[in-house]
This record gives sequence, structure tokens and C-alpha cells, in this order.
Amino acid sequence: MLIKKADDIPSSEITPKSLYLNRRKFLTGAAIAGAAAVAGLALREMASPSLSVAADGNAKIDGIQKSSFSTNEAITPYKDVTNYNNYYEFSTDKYGPAGLSKNFKTRPWTVTIDGQVKKKQVLDVDSIIKMAAPEERIYRHRCVEGWSIVVPWVGFSLSELIRRADPLPKAKFVQFTTLLDPGRMPGQHSSVLEWPYIEGLRMDEAMHPLTLLCFGMYGEVLPNQDGAPLRLVVPWKYGFKSIKAIVRIEFTGSQPINTWNRSAPNEYGFYSNVNPNVDHPRWSQAKERRLGEFLKRPTLMFNGYDQVASLYSGMDLKKNF
Amino acid sequence: MIRWFKPVVFLACLGPLARLGWKAYMGRLGANPIEVITHSTGDWILIFLLVTLSITPVRKLTGLLWLIRYRRMFGLFAFFYAVLHFLTYIWLDKFFNLHEMWADVSKRRFITIGFTGFVLLIPLALTSTTGWIRRLGGNRWRALHRLIYVSAIAGVIHYWWLVKADVSKPARYAFVLSLLLGYRVVAWLVRRNTERKAASVGVRNAEVT
Repeated sequence: MLIKKADDIPSSEITPKSLYLNRRKFLTGAAIAGAAAVAGLALREMASPSLSVAADGNAKIDGIQKSSFSTNEAITPYKDVTNYNNYYEFSTDKYGPAGLSKNFKTRPWTVTIDGQVKKKQVLDVDSIIKMAAPEERIYRHRCVEGWSIVVPWVGFSLSELIRRADPLPKAKFVQFTTLLDPGRMPGQHSSVLEWPYIEGLRMDEAMHPLTLLCFGMYGEVLPNQDGAPLRLVVPWKYGFKSIKAIVRIEFTGSQPINTWNRSAPNEYGFYSNVNPNVDHPRWSQAKERRLGEFLKRPTLMFNGYDQVASLYSGMDLKKNF
Repeated sequence: MIRWFKPVVFLACLGPLARLGWKAYMGRLGANPIEVITHSTGDWILIFLLVTLSITPVRKLTGLLWLIRYRRMFGLFAFFYAVLHFLTYIWLDKFFNLHEMWADVSKRRFITIGFTGFVLLIPLALTSTTGWIRRLGGNRWRALHRLIYVSAIAGVIHYWWLVKADVSKPARYAFVLSLLLGYRVVAWLVRRNTERKAASVGVRNAEVT
């Protein structure tokens, strides 16, 4: 005789009726809990329509001038812009950099300017900040992940620095490098990206008046988690192009390979202009969630900065994404 | 087991949702609350799927047979958080725009596979009752419920394909899942071996008599 296989469920595995009835309770409880979560969120929205802008005591910047490039859209609360940061040098968790960068020392700090320029030099960051009058630029900022914020940055056009550096005709691109120091930037211990972080712009993009060399926001010195002491803000490109904690600006003849492009060339291009018609391979870029808003809003071509369109006339932006 | 133990476990399983509700009410869900809700419910689906899948190995290895009484509940909680996760997606991300949803499901592989994992859980939730176990018969019911393996694999891949660069968290889920599925493969091989031996012994005995 062959060994007989049990062909039905053993009685030990059949659940008694009392437990089966628990399912009803489960569903009721589940419905209540689900409703509670949604209600909690809704109540919260109703109770506090506006969050106050709280300063964390960073030094005020004097003599800030207004800029005609500023949008009059509602500014995102300071606490959101300082607690929700994509800054992999500190953490891949967006809520991590605020705490992890608390003791990050931004002085002394020098920036090397080299490559195809007449005036190769190492500049103290404070001398760069004094090159031109600080302006407040209230820009839309669109992350490649599909969320956006409106930030009152403080800085001046990158062109101010470039003109002073006096690039040679051979200089076609500008490459920016973030500090490499795993002791101070703990995220650099992980090999999630290649360090140091590198970004680049074509010379005409870098010279465009919208392109901001930034050292402050909300009228104050830039917080560490937002890229202190010196960062770039390129408002018509996805956020990762706006490199933080810059230590080197190099003028090159060939197109730089930016870090995200190296990491996933099919997903992140060199240009990375905000473009609702070119999806990320894994998600749509047609809409975005403005932090603090419930509904999603449509994403605008060049993030609404149409004045840069002429930089790309004749280019296939689907290919040059 | 003690009578009150099951309701306590049940309430504990609602804990993650209660925590989300409380944090939402207190305004502690951070700058992007909807992203937090999506990620948190997603995490809890995977956790409950892994807990459900660990019942059998833990029972077999420890002899704690009563654990089986919790398997259905954990499985249903995985489904419960999957429904919340899916609702967050169609409501708070797509605002019930079916056209956009379809474009997502058909074009974005991480959505396709996540959606597949969710759909596969539906028949399991529906046939989780004792009545359905009887109607289907133990073997067919068990075969159907092996879909949870596919669903859990789909869920982990969904997470893996979603992240931009840091795969450390999906990798942790993948590691635990591979242990749990690996146990089943080994158990199956061992069982097949012993059954064959037993069968051949049986045949030999038959020849002798």
C-alpha cells in the first residue's frame, strides 16, 4: 500500500466559529480606524490653515533687495523647507538631514575656481558672498520626485561670479562639486551615490540671470540642511540640479557627467529641465504636489520659467531630457 | 492560549493606523503627509505579509502550534493595509482619475507589479472564511492561498523598483522573504525525499508479501 496523503485540511487548522465571527469585528474596527485617520488629517487642515514661519535663529542677512524674478505664489512654510530635504550626503531619508547636519561646520570654507578660466583661484566663501548685493528670489522649486515648494532664496546671479572668473573661450560648461568629507557628511559613508556629488550646466544656462548662487533663505543665512554655505538654485530644472555645499567650480570644454546621470542614465539626464511632457521612466511628471496643498497641480514647462525656452530652441527635449 | 490574548493582538495590529491618525491630527506627519501615509501603509503590508508567512516555519521549528490561530488575522491585516495603501493611491494621488490610473498601471512597472500584488490578495481575503475553506476543500484552498507567495514577492519588487537609489530598505524585506520562502523550498524537498523513500519501501514490502 502507498502512503495515503491527507486530502483535506486537518481539523487543527479549521478556525472555530467564534474566531470566524471576529472577522465582522475586524471589518468594523478597520472601517472606524480608517475613517479616524482621514478625519484626523481633515481636522488638522481645518484647525490650522496657515503654519507660522518659525526662524531657528540663523543670522539675518542685511541689505536684501527685491527681485522682479520673484513669484507672488504662497511661500512654503520655513519648517517644511528645513525639515524635508533630499540631501544624500547626510541621509537618504528626507527627514534626516535637519538633525544630522546640525553641527556641520561651514566655516572656514573655500571654493576652488579652476579649469578653463583666466583667474584660477581659491576663494573664501565670505568673499564670494560679498561679490554682489544679495537679492531675494522667490522661486518655485520642483523635485524630480513630484513635489514642489516655493522658497524665498537669497543670493545673486551666478553670472556675477562667472564674469569675475573670466572664462576662456574654450569653456563650454561649468561643473560644480560638493564637499567630500564623510567625517562631516555621514551619508557619504554609504555608496548609494558616487561621491563627491557633481552637477553641471551649459555655459549659457550658467550665465542666465535666473541661475542663482545662493547663500540664504527667508532673509537668513542658509541652514545647513538646505545646502550651506553656498549652493546653486536653477529654478527651471529639477531640484537635484541645484547642487549644495559647493567647494569647486570648474570650467570645462566637455559636458560634465552629473551624479544622478551617472547613477541612472536612463532616468536622469544632463539637462533635467522640468518638463510635464517627458515622464520619468517610473512615474509621470505631468503633475506635482505643492507641499501644504491637498490636490495636485499641473506641472508647468520649465517650471513656469518660459524665458529660458530660447536656450533650448531646436533641441529635442525628449532626447535631451 | 489565554482568551483575551487574541483581541489584544488584534488591537495591536490596528496600532500603526491609530498612530498615523494621531500624528495626522497632531500635525506631525511632516511636510508631505500623504507621502508618509503611502509609505507607512506600504511598509505595514509587507510586515504583515512577512509575519503571516512566518507562522508556518515558526510553528514547525518551535512547536507553538496555537500560532496558526493568528495566521488568518495577520493575513487579513496585510490585506487591510493594502486596501488603505491602494485607497491612498487612487484617492490622494490620482483623485479617482481612472484614465491616469490606467496609464500608470499599464506604463509604470513598479505600479503594475504593486497592483498585481494587491489584486492577488483579493481572492485570498474573500476565501479566508471557514465556509470557503469547506467549499473549496483543503487542498484546493491551500493551493489558492499559495498566491500569497507571489503577492509578497510582487510587493518587495514594487518597493525595490520605486526607490531612487537607496535599496537598503527593500533589500531587508527581500532578505526576510527569501528566508521564509527558502524554508518552504527546503521543507518541500525534504518531504518529497521522505515520501519517495517511504513509497519505495512500500513497494518493496508489497513485493515481499
